[in-house]
This record gives sequence, C-alpha cells and structure tokens, in this order.
Amino acid sequence: MVNKRIDQPTGTETVGHEWDGIEELNTPLPRWWLWTFYATIAWALVYVVLYPAWPLIDKATAGTLGWSSRGDLAREMSAAEAARQGVFKQIAATDIEALGNNPELMAQAIAGGAAAFKVNCVQCHGAGAAGSAGYPNLNDDDWIWGGTLSEIEYTITHGIRWEGADATRANYMPAFAGVIEGAQVDAVTGHVLSLSGKAKPNPAGAQLFADNCAACHGASGEGMVAMGAPALNDAIWLFGGTAADVKKQILAPRHGVMPAWNERLDPVTIKMLAAYVHSRGGGQQAAPVALEAATTGDVAQTPKAETDG
Amino acid sequence: MEAVVRRLGVWALVLLAAISAIALTPDSGFAIHMGIVALVAVILIIATLGTYDPLAKAQSIFRMPPGPSRYDDDVVRWGVIATMFWGIAGLLAGVFIAAQLAFPWLNLEPWFNFGRLRPLHTSAVIFAFGGNALLATSFYVVQRTCRATLALPGTARFVFWGYQLFIVLAATGYLLGISQGKEYAEPEWYVDLWLTVVWLAYLAVFVGTILKRNEPHIYVANWFFLAFIITVAMLHVVNNLALPVSLMGAKSYSAFAGVQDALTQWWYGHNAVGFFLTAGFLAMMYYFVPKQAGRPVYSYRLSIIHFWSLIFLYIWAGPHHLHYTALPDWAQTLGMVFSVMLWMPSWGGMINGLMTLNGAWDKVRTDPIIRMMVLALAFYGMSTFEGPMLSIKAVNSLSHYTDWTIGHVHSGALGWNGMITFACVYYLVPRLWQQPRLYSLRMINWHFWLATLGIVFYAASMWVAGITQGLMWREYGSDGYLVNSFVDTVAALHPMYILRAVGGLMYLSGAIIMVYNIWMTILGHQRDEAPMGDTAHDEANDRPIVAEPAE
Repeated sequence: MVNKRIDQPTGTETVGHEWDGIEELNTPLPRWWLWTFYATIAWALVYVVLYPAWPLIDKATAGTLGWSSRGDLAREMSAAEAARQGVFKQIAATDIEALGNNPELMAQAIAGGAAAFKVNCVQCHGAGAAGSAGYPNLNDDDWIWGGTLSEIEYTITHGIRWEGADATRANYMPAFAGVIEGAQVDAVTGHVLSLSGKAKPNPAGAQLFADNCAACHGASGEGMVAMGAPALNDAIWLFGGTAADVKKQILAPRHGVMPAWNERLDPVTIKMLAAYVHSRGGGQQAAPVALEAATTGDVAQTPKAETDG
Repeated sequence: MEAVVRRLGVWALVLLAAISAIALTPDSGFAIHMGIVALVAVILIIATLGTYDPLAKAQSIFRMPPGPSRYDDDVVRWGVIATMFWGIAGLLAGVFIAAQLAFPWLNLEPWFNFGRLRPLHTSAVIFAFGGNALLATSFYVVQRTCRATLALPGTARFVFWGYQLFIVLAATGYLLGISQGKEYAEPEWYVDLWLTVVWLAYLAVFVGTILKRNEPHIYVANWFFLAFIITVAMLHVVNNLALPVSLMGAKSYSAFAGVQDALTQWWYGHNAVGFFLTAGFLAMMYYFVPKQAGRPVYSYRLSIIHFWSLIFLYIWAGPHHLHYTALPDWAQTLGMVFSVMLWMPSWGGMINGLMTLNGAWDKVRTDPIIRMMVLALAFYGMSTFEGPMLSIKAVNSLSHYTDWTIGHVHSGALGWNGMITFACVYYLVPRLWQQPRLYSLRMINWHFWLATLGIVFYAASMWVAGITQGLMWREYGSDGYLVNSFVDTVAALHPMYILRAVGGLMYLSGAIIMVYNIWMTILGHQRDEAPMGDTAHDEANDRPIVAEPAE
C-alpha cells in the first residue's frame, strides 16, 4: 500500500498513503513554527512560577511575585481613596451652605458629585440630568421640594415617598375622579393650562381651582415648596403638559418615588451630589432663615401623616 | 410487515406520552414543545404507514441507501439543504438583532425581544448551520476516506432528523422564553436529553464507518471529526447536568452553583468553540482543500503534532473567559497560559491548509472556491492569534465585556466557519446532484466579495466599538473620578452598531445569492456566462503598428 514518490512542484517526498486521491507530503515541521511553540511553552513555565498557578490540596501556589488580583484591587482602591482623603475630610467638616465660601472645595465637590451621579442617578434623571416624563429635570430652576443646597441634600438623603424611611419627603395629591366631573374637569384643566398661557382663562375653571387646588398649589398656581406641591404656572410639567396629560393627573395623580440614598451612600458623597445638582443651573441661594433651619436638620419637611389621603 | 407494526407502536406511544404531557403540564412553553413532539410523531406515523406502498417508499425521504456499490449520500444531501436553510435563518436573526441594538424600538415584546432572539441567532448559526454542515460533510468525508458506505444507515437517518427536531425544540423554546440561561447551552433538560441520544447515535454511525473501512490508515480529517464528536458529547453531558423541577415542566436547576457553575459553563463554552467550530471545521478543511486544489496535504508530521497539541491544550483554556472574576487566581493563570500555548497548535491547521496550495497558487486567481478557502484560512489564522492575545490578562482587562469580543467571535464565525462551509457546499452540490458544474461561478465571486466586505465592516466596526467602550469605561479624570456614565458609552457606540448591521446585511446578501446559485444547480440549470480569470488576448492584434510606405 505504501507508495512513496517525489511530488514534482514542491520536490518533497510523499508519505506514501492515499485516501480518495489525497496524498500527504512528508514536509518537516516549519522551524519558525516549532520554535515559537517552544517559546510559548517556556514563557508559560516561567509565568506559572511567578504567579499563582498550581492547585494543591487546601490552597494553590501563590507565585514568587506574591501577586494576587484581590491584592491588586485593594492597592488601587486604597491609593485612589488616599488621594481623595483630604478633600473628603474637608467636605465632611464643612456645612453644605458654606461650601460656596471655598470655591476650590466647591469645585471638588461638584466633580465628585458628577461622578456619583453617573453611577447612581442617570438611570432615572438621564445622563445630562434632563429627566424624562415622571422624572424631574434637574437643570431647570423649578424645584418641587426646594432648590437650595441643604434642601437638595435632604431630598437625596431621605428620598421621596420611600417606604421605610421615616424622614422621607412625602405628599399625596388626592384623586379628583368622582369629585368633579365632565365639564368641570375640562374647565379646571383649561384654567391650569391658562396659568402658563397655554389656554384661555375661564371663570368656571378659576372658581373650581380656587375651591379645590389653591390650598396647596397657591392662588395663582405658584406651588408650595414646603408641601412639595409643584408650581403650575411655569410651563414645566413632570407628567406632560397636554390637556390630556393634565386631566389624567387631576383625575388619578401619579406619584413618583426616589430612594433614600443614605441607605447606600455616605454623607460626603450625598453632599457632593447635592453640590453637583445645585450647580446644574437652577440652584437657589438659601435665605438666612433656611440656613438656620438647615443646621437643625429640619428643612422644608412635610410629615407624611399631614398630607396623607 | 411486523417491523412496520412495531415502529407504528413506538410512534404511537411517543404521541400518547406527548399528549399526556400537554394535558398535565401547567407550563405553556413546555406544552407547545410537547405539541411539536406530537406533531413529529404524527408525521412519522403517516410516513411509516406510507412504507406499505413500495412506490411511496421509493419516493419517500426516508429511503434507504442505494446499495453497497454506491456511497450512501442521502443524509449528506439533506444536510446540505438544511445547512443553507438554517444558515439563512441564523444570519437573518443576526442582522435583526444587530438592528435592534442600533434601534431599540425593534424589540417586539415578548417573543422577538433581543434577549430571546440572541440565543436563537447563536444557536441557529453554530448548531443549526454549523452543525448540519458538520453532519453532512462528516458523512461525506468518512465514507470516501474509508472507501466504505455508512455503517448503520438507519441510525444515520435518525441522526439527521433527530438533530433537526433538536433544533426546532431549541429555537421555539428561546422564543417562548424557555432557557436555562447558560450561553450556547440554553435548551432545557428534556431537549438536552434528546440531543444526547442523537449525538451518541451520531458517534455510533461515525465510529462504525471507521471500523469497517477499507483503507489501512485513518485519514487526518477523521481524527478531527472524531475528536469533535467525542468531546462535544462529553461537554454537552457535563455542562447540562441538571435536576428538573418537575417531569411535567420545562424548568430545571443546574447541578453546579456559583463560581463552579461559571467555570463548568466556560469549560463548555470555550471548548464548544475549540471542538465544534475549530476541530470539526478543520476536519472539513483537511478533506476539501486538498480535493479542490488537487494537491497533497503540506505536512503529515505537522498534522500529527498540531492535532494532538490542539486537543490537549484547548480543553484547559476555558478559564480565560472568567478573568478578574470570583474564579481563583490560579485557575485564571492556567486558563491564560494554556491559551497562549494554543497559538501555534491552532496555526498548524492554517499552515497545513494554506501550504497545501504550494504548486497551485494560481488557482486563487482562477477558482473562486479556492479563493474562499484561502480567505477562510486567513481569518482562521487571524482569529486564532487574536484569541490568545485577548486571553492575556492585561489585554483582557480592556477587552472583556466589550464589543471587541463580539468582533473576535464574528471574524472567526463569519470568516472561518462561514467561508469554509460555503466553499465545501459549493464543492459538494454538483457532485451530490450529479451536475457537470455549478449554475454560476461568477455568482460565487459576487458571494465572495459581498461576504468579505461584510466581514470587514463587521470586524472593523466592532474593534473600534470595543476599544472605545473599554477605554471609556476605565477613563478617570485628573480629579480622580470616572468621566463617563454607562449610557454615554452606549450613545458613543451607536454609529458602530449601524455599521455592524450593514456588514451583516452584506454577508446575508452573499448567502442569499448562494442559495439561488445552488438551487439552480440542483434543478439542473447552468448559467451561460463568460469564463472567469482569463482576460481577453488577441494574438493577431498583439504587434506594433508599422507605417505602410506611401506609394
């Protein structure tokens, strides 16, 4: 069966077997191939001595370099932490309303807040903090629960309507389905839209508004930060600004929820987040009274029980 | 007669079992699967009844081999058609999910969202397209290189149809939301058990044919096929060890948990690449490249050394999929060094394939099938270099979880597996259907360039996307804080995702041209076209102008 012959085009001898017309040449292994293969094996042998590699009975060899991926991570993390330690301590020791007195520290806080925002907040508020339907835009100067540094800090710390957080900000607008009907709903919707110039004023709507809505939203729809009642006269809408959207919100209001971040983030990070959100363009300066309130930790809070129902 | 009755009894039992399962299960996906099983049983009952009629038997697709003097090629023919059918289905799914990534509104809930279509795409191209190509070519090659007909011809037919049932159950399961959540091993326990039966039958047919061979030696292609079949059986069984919640429901829980489950999964996942997509397709290469080139294999010695080193080293390399995870450092180290040592054994196959063209390199210019094979080997070489490189931890820390991995996989899958399969199908079709030549060689040329350009678009866009993504994720500003949010990186990739979908569409277009081409070939047509490769040469005109002297 063995039928060796010299293959003409290559001048190489065949092995002498044949399968369905296929023969094989007896070409030696290409040298570069063989030496590269040896080189990878030699490299592997060195590597497994230097790094953790050989599993033993209760642990593996640690490698002569003493390297481990956990050690590597711990080193990088502690280096990064050490680099930020000074700023962290300074921010922790500074009252949030006083951050602005030290522009350099404020810039550091805003940078740290921007980073934390990317990880924790963009999912709802968007990468540019512009929000979307149901999630407030943080770039404008319309604040449902107040736009000073300490008010923002409080909102982030305790969240909004966050179950299990005692100090959470909470209010619930009653559903007006069944309370007012048909033409009345259209009238009050028209009045709400007229507050921002998007509809013609109508007396019936104005009367209904004064009777049912003005207590929280204000006589001219300017809102009430202390209760978390949104302003209705600024053409900024959380759940949409068409007549249908407004009507839907009157009849069966939706209520957004935000987590209480003190369950996940440390106070310094929250402070930095507040600085970042405040810096987006709509931040408000605290009035002297509010500053006093901030120090006692009782800022613009409406206890749940008062507004429930 | 008795055999027919017995077979009818078996199918009736299967039908009964499937119907009772439908009645008893509270799980609607499982019920639909059992409905498919029942439908197959009904078809088999009708087909078995049909065998009473000798004329119907002759025309039936279940016909038996022509006799000992001819090779048994029925299964190969069906396999070629199934390869093309599933190939188009898988590529179409791929283009669609690529478009979904660029335009999320294309997610059609609940059956056609990305999460359900993605395993449909991967399984369709790997196991349905690639698997049928391997089935068909292995049955074709083993008969010819053993100079013997298939052992167990009835079992061979069972293997083909059983494998198609597996594909249908797997694919419909994904759309219905039935998945055990293991990448490339998504089908649930009962589908896994069925595949195990089919696969062991495949092994029996293949080994049986080798045992009855009329050649003294076993050809190298058969070593690779055998390694592929045996190893895939082992990988499939171990990775899918699971306990069903109920025998009347689809859900099961893996026998492994935590990091052990992850390691088992990637031992499976990596060696599915190694033994399904590498060893199996190298087997195809070892038969069809020398045949198409009409040249001897470059080096017998290289084929021995690279075969044994490849199958020995590949099986250890899986942990490189779990770099920088909870997997212990020592296992990560071993996964990495075995991957790096795998570089040259992988390249052995490329060298043996390309250098087989020594003495026939001119065919790259004139023979579009050879050109496809050369491109396939080039992409094979490129992705088997890229693989060990990506397994190095420092590189992996940038590339892991990014689209670079997707690009790497597709340069291997589209470039190597796809192109070598297309070349083999082009080789097989005229021979299997006794046609003098293919319908059109020029269409192969179109297919070649569309596919090549498509791969370039795909791989290049994913390299750019992956490296962009990796760099953006790890970017820290001078103040020590992360610069990008995750959604920023997603937005940055949008143009690359569109380019990727365009590349996929080009590749799909090439495959559609191929389907038309082989369809016409099977129907017996031959396109009237100018021959390829030769530019016109007019000997009489090939001379300078000599001025005629004026009178």
